[in-house]
Amino acid sequence: MQGLTIERDVLVEAPPEVVWRTITEPDQMSQWFADRVDLVVEPGAHGYLQFGDQGGPVVVEIVDPPNRFSFRWNYPGGQEPGTGNSMLVEFTLTAEGDGRTRLRVVESGHELRDWPDAERRRYADEHREGWGEFLDRLARVLAEFRPQRRR
Amino acid sequence: MTEQVDDELWSAVADPSRRKLLDLLVSNGDVSASWLAGRVPFSRQAVAKHLAVLERARLVSRHKHGREVLYQVEAGRLDQATRAMAVLAAQWDRRLATIKRLAEAAHAERRRGDRHDG
Repeated sequence: MQGLTIERDVLVEAPPEVVWRTITEPDQMSQWFADRVDLVVEPGAHGYLQFGDQGGPVVVEIVDPPNRFSFRWNYPGGQEPGTGNSMLVEFTLTAEGDGRTRLRVVESGHELRDWPDAERRRYADEHREGWGEFLDRLARVLAEFRPQRRR
Repeated sequence: MTEQVDDELWSAVADPSRRKLLDLLVSNGDVSASWLAGRVPFSRQAVAKHLAVLERARLVSRHKHGREVLYQVEAGRLDQATRAMAVLAAQWDRRLATIKRLAEAAHAERRRGDRHDG
């Protein structure tokens, strides 16, 4: 795996067809992702994501219902997203029996974002609240892996 | 405290070979470049190059121990990089939780509809 990659998943008590609509329909996307989503979900389609008073372009890559959906986005920025300047978000849906779905997301490309430090700081500040517990847990895990000084 | 991550830090941890070296340094403490070179599938020159990048990003530091030069992880900087990634990961956890809630509500709605129809 190249670069910095975020991988998360969740088990949803609904079949893949239902989860598919939630992740691909623009009026649903605007509830879990951007504030406003202008997008036609077709491979190669260009759209726009609005976050508050800012926004950025989005390009659809793979549309394979109800299994795979991926897009590239570049926020905040005016450049057209492509390899080397944007984040790639890849959703994979796997049926898990009893009408459940394992939804997995992989986001890569964060190291490629070209944004000014002030913007980066603001972005991080905006998203830090309420995550104290998570960060504390992570810090504890890290502490356990600290090297023992051999002096 | 801000979650500021500078370009040097991002690009230093973005490379898989350098993350492998960081892994080895985190679990083994103070070690030499040749010790590291014996445990990775790339050349000694590549190890030296990667260590120089990590040092510039202040993720590792070196000190002399007798005639040897030993490298160690700068835990504070590594924390900074990991925290920045954790912030992004937590953001996706929140998005996935919302997707789960929306999909489960839509599914329950549809099942109620089916029962009324049938």
